[in-house]
Amino acid sequence: MKRDWGIWLLLCAVVFGMPLFIRSPYYYSILIFIAIYGIVVLGLTLLMGYAGQVSLGHAGFFGLGAYFSAILTVHLHLNPWPAMGIALIATVLVAFILGIPTLRLRGHYLAIATLGLGVVLQIIFKEELELTGGPSGMGGIPYFHLSSITFSNDRKYYFLCWIFLIILYGLSINLVHSRIGRALRSISQNQTAAGSLGINVSWFKLLMFGLSAGYASLAGSLYAHYLTFVNPSPFGFMASVKFMAMVVIGGSSSLWGALLGTALLTSLPEFLAVLEDYEMLVFGAILILVMMFAPKGLAGIFSWIYQTIRNKVKKQDAPAG
Amino acid sequence: MKKLALTAVLTVLVGLVAISVANTAEQAKETYKIGVVLDITGPASSLGEPEKQTLGMLAEELNAKGGINGHLIEMILYDNEGDEAKSLIKAKKLIEQDKVLALIGTSQSGTTMAIVPTVTAAQIPLVSCAASWKIIRDPETKKTREWVFKTPQSDSLAVTKIFDYLQKKGVKKIAIMSVSTGYGDSGRAELQRLAPNYKFEIVADERFAPTDTDMSAQLTKIKGSGAEAVICWAIRDPSAVVAKNMKQLGMKQMLIMSHGVATKKFIELAGDASEGIILPAGKLIVADLLPATDPQKKVLIDYRNKFEAKYKTPVSTFGGHAYDAFTMLTDAIKKAGPDQKKIRDELEKVKGFPGTGGIFNMGPDDHEGLTKDAFMMVTIKNGNWELVK
Repeated sequence: MKRDWGIWLLLCAVVFGMPLFIRSPYYYSILIFIAIYGIVVLGLTLLMGYAGQVSLGHAGFFGLGAYFSAILTVHLHLNPWPAMGIALIATVLVAFILGIPTLRLRGHYLAIATLGLGVVLQIIFKEELELTGGPSGMGGIPYFHLSSITFSNDRKYYFLCWIFLIILYGLSINLVHSRIGRALRSISQNQTAAGSLGINVSWFKLLMFGLSAGYASLAGSLYAHYLTFVNPSPFGFMASVKFMAMVVIGGSSSLWGALLGTALLTSLPEFLAVLEDYEMLVFGAILILVMMFAPKGLAGIFSWIYQTIRNKVKKQDAPAG
Repeated sequence: MKKLALTAVLTVLVGLVAISVANTAEQAKETYKIGVVLDITGPASSLGEPEKQTLGMLAEELNAKGGINGHLIEMILYDNEGDEAKSLIKAKKLIEQDKVLALIGTSQSGTTMAIVPTVTAAQIPLVSCAASWKIIRDPETKKTREWVFKTPQSDSLAVTKIFDYLQKKGVKKIAIMSVSTGYGDSGRAELQRLAPNYKFEIVADERFAPTDTDMSAQLTKIKGSGAEAVICWAIRDPSAVVAKNMKQLGMKQMLIMSHGVATKKFIELAGDASEGIILPAGKLIVADLLPATDPQKKVLIDYRNKFEAKYKTPVSTFGGHAYDAFTMLTDAIKKAGPDQKKIRDELEKVKGFPGTGGIFNMGPDDHEGLTKDAFMMVTIKNGNWELVK
């Protein structure tokens, strides 16, 4: 618990210290996408790592948030802030309604059902021409603004996104260490045993599904008001897989691991760009190596390094003291 | 030991001299940087790859001739993997880090739309290789976007060409078959918008998914609708299925397709069923059939021969879009020098430029510069293209 809040504070320091070192909107734009994807991945980690439920449809909820925001601000000329709130409520509602039948399933069946859900949502984005602009998308989405500040430049948007992430990260830490968090971990270990201990398994599963969809929706709104354009292609099955990869690479039962996974998968292609044609090859190799040698993801590797160093220090201290 | 030291000193000296010589050469004429973002990998790789090849070939050629007014050009090319977010990141990198003069790209409308606000804010000219009119004109305000140009022909031009032809044939009732992608929807919207101008009645309007392998259901509906012509708006693969299904169902209606199938591969895929299909096509695929008086003929044949000699693959219209973008942009830089505002102004002044996509005549309110004459009506006969008389 202490360690989690320590990392949280460290993250705050990094977020607010970063602008001292970087100037280019290019780096800001990468960091913005890390924050946006990071919010989705945080929610997904709560669902996958803590509640033990797989979702291959979260890009759909991400898209739902983006499209609700886009439609409410473009067609109904709503202010982006309330639009974001309405998008959040609507997406969570959709997740609850869809989650009631879906979450009765377990394991592979649940994965397939959520996969279908994501695909159906993307089809809706494509087919509702009047509302969503169809496959060619809709533009002209306004920027966020707070009295006289318009969040149109990358620096301001960086702060906005990361403040959202920091708040949601704090909420998640709180949740994980609460009664709910403990109940969730027991569910992920063994649903039947958890149920026999008086934990309302299906309710907790549904709660986490709704919560993670809410995270995705907020991220979607942030995406829509940054690009000021949405089209269905970033919200498809491949995006869901990408989010899941971020969770797994980071270490599915660690919140800060999830952020690490997101940062790595979002920024690595940029660093590897110097390798040009071999970029994908190296990228793939890194993913395979992590999966093979570090099944607990990056979080596992870092924990291991931390433990080893601590043990060494202890050993050295022992004879002296 | 002494010998070694001497050689080391000498090498360093020679190296220094070489660097300084190179430096002075560079200082004399600094390079012009052109940024390129294309969908090279991912779902639109069949568009991005020939575009990349074309640009590579043209840049090499231009530099071999001494560049633009003695300035060599440096083309910085990034792949956005068909992803909107990556497209935006790469465009920002080109503008902020690489400090390019102008941008070319991207290959798809979605990935271009993602960077339009950024280039507009940064005031960098962008020549897109994607087709949607929304790229160059704000769909809400109908105003031309100041900094954005595009080279592919708009769908409305193809639709006009088709409708002119159908009117000449005395057709009254038409049926639409369109694919549920950006391409299909854009075509469908234009068909619906322009049909009343020609007093055509749309008796059926069916859609299908790009991966569908059977369209008999939709075609059966059309068969009973009394349509005299079926207009199918889709890319290569599903269009071939439509052609085959129509033949299987014994439908005798005239079959019109969009320019999206104007590749040899389509004829291979559809086989016999492709015989007699009529479509509007850019002139690249029928370059040999054009009369010698056609001002585009020389450009088309030159480009095709060079491309096919270098890459050993057939040319495609997509590479042609990149050819037009590169040529117009470098011409504009030649006239304007390294000044973004002037480059934009020069792009707007392009007049009578024979490209692969048509004869371009840009203007302050026309950032596409093409008319329906950019298309020829062609038909497929004995597995080959033929001009429709």
